[in-house]
Amino acid sequence: MKSTRLSVNLAGLKLANPTMLASGILGYSAETLESIAEGGAGAVVTKSVGLKARRSYANPTVVQANCGIINAMGLPNPGIEEFSGEIRTAKNRLNVPVIASVYGFSEEEYATVTKKAVEAGADAVELNVSCPHVKETGSEIGQNPEILKKVVSKVKTAVKKPVFVKLSPNVTSITEIAEAAVKAGADALTVINTVRAMAIDTETAMPILSNRVGGLSGPAIKPIAIRCVYEVYDSVKVPIIGCGGVANWRDAVEFMLAGASAVQIGTAIALKGLGVFGAVARGIEAYLKKKDYGSVEDIVGLSHRS
Amino acid sequence: MSAYHIAANKHRVTRLLSVKSESSTVKTFTFKDKQCAKAEPGQFLMIWIPSVDEIPLSVLDAEKDGTVSIIAKNVGEATKALHKLKAGDAIGVRGPFGNSFTIEAKKIIMVGGGTGITPLLFLAKRIVSKVERLRFIIGAKTREELLLINKLEMLCGKGNIVATTEDGSYGIKCLATAPLETLLAKENFDVIYTCGPERMMQKVLEISEKHGIALEASLERLMLCAIGLCGSCVIGKYRVCIDGPVFTGDQLKEVKGEFGISKRYFDGRKIAL
Repeated sequence: MKSTRLSVNLAGLKLANPTMLASGILGYSAETLESIAEGGAGAVVTKSVGLKARRSYANPTVVQANCGIINAMGLPNPGIEEFSGEIRTAKNRLNVPVIASVYGFSEEEYATVTKKAVEAGADAVELNVSCPHVKETGSEIGQNPEILKKVVSKVKTAVKKPVFVKLSPNVTSITEIAEAAVKAGADALTVINTVRAMAIDTETAMPILSNRVGGLSGPAIKPIAIRCVYEVYDSVKVPIIGCGGVANWRDAVEFMLAGASAVQIGTAIALKGLGVFGAVARGIEAYLKKKDYGSVEDIVGLSHRS
Repeated sequence: MSAYHIAANKHRVTRLLSVKSESSTVKTFTFKDKQCAKAEPGQFLMIWIPSVDEIPLSVLDAEKDGTVSIIAKNVGEATKALHKLKAGDAIGVRGPFGNSFTIEAKKIIMVGGGTGITPLLFLAKRIVSKVERLRFIIGAKTREELLLINKLEMLCGKGNIVATTEDGSYGIKCLATAPLETLLAKENFDVIYTCGPERMMQKVLEISEKHGIALEASLERLMLCAIGLCGSCVIGKYRVCIDGPVFTGDQLKEVKGEFGISKRYFDGRKIAL
């Protein structure tokens, strides 16, 4: 890969540009991951995969909010055995890093699934310790620094590839959690997962999502995500991947100024199609040229200087 | 690379205007919703049956005054609950979603199987007065399952309809694809529009290739988000909710390994159709 203004080194992973597919979006099949790479993504993160197959919740699993969407899919996935095949195919067909998103119901499960994902060819894993709508995994781990440390340490001993940890915004102090993850060996942090949210239909007086509670994504959560990235940047030394409401280059640059080395995009695909990655990357490049920066890494955390 | 419209995706609740039985297992439901009424033939809606489920259903008709009709066969938990609803009951709606049949051709042949007749009847209604030729093959297992055939006959003229049943209880005793070969040999057509069981459509694709005639087919898959994010409806590189549900013959050739063969299950696994 030739080095350009947009190249990023993310805990050892080389990205041609700092846009990544956020976990949970598409990502079931190698073919859709390939379409996303063709759309210009610098890396892709798979749907979260666990030890065993898991069905989605009953619909509605998605509800439109004013400036975003609330989802409670329920971590549907075919289980790591079946999914290893997709990771393998994705690795063969894509020329961008493939990061496996992993969840588990115990430290052992996280470690086992991670090991299998890496064996199948994943370039890194992102631990989903922040899903707001599945009990006993997700945010119940990511909200407790002691449990989180155990999970991250266990996973770190299982593989040599970089381990990212995706943090929940649904905590009192995100820096406390970030520090715990890094102390346990996290190589990078993805900030943030969705914000716990809900919608109720006024006509029937019923919660709309079948799971009642879900996670809010999209432009509505961007200011929260920016604040979280800003705080985490001050408290840890590892790279941060900004996530939450990125829809255009300006959003991406804002995340980088707050301290993110790369950004993940998900919900914006619904609004802008798969070409959103390339569009954001080109916009960042134009910004860097205009401001006369030689590398995208020059703007990471720049807002902390003032 | 279509993008979804937030207004269309916004959750609305409306009350059923009417519920009508079409057969022992199929009912037509009508309701009013201005967004849904903008649907073009081939597009689908997400229908929420409160506290049960939300499912994709094809539009049967959409009128200027906002009245929309949909058809549902009682096949599972969601449709069973929908069938229990009466006029005045609340349903949630989102949509319309997806693409629609292209309406350019002048000489048209349609092949509909079972409830697959739904989008085709909608399409026929929109184009019947503007086209040069419109033949319609409607197929089902039995006479009872030949849905809306009276409506179809009134719309297109009895002479333009070929009905087939697998048990011979009405029309010709054969599969819907048999008269397609005969008609294509006899007359010129610009395009085949089809919707129905995927194995039937697979055969229609084969026939269209053999005769070198354009094809558009409407597909069905498990759908959760309907806005191109969840991946539950993918076939090959396509998302049925965004890139479809209507696909051309050329697109279907690209996904031959899955078309008529497999779909994704609730856990994302590929399962046999």
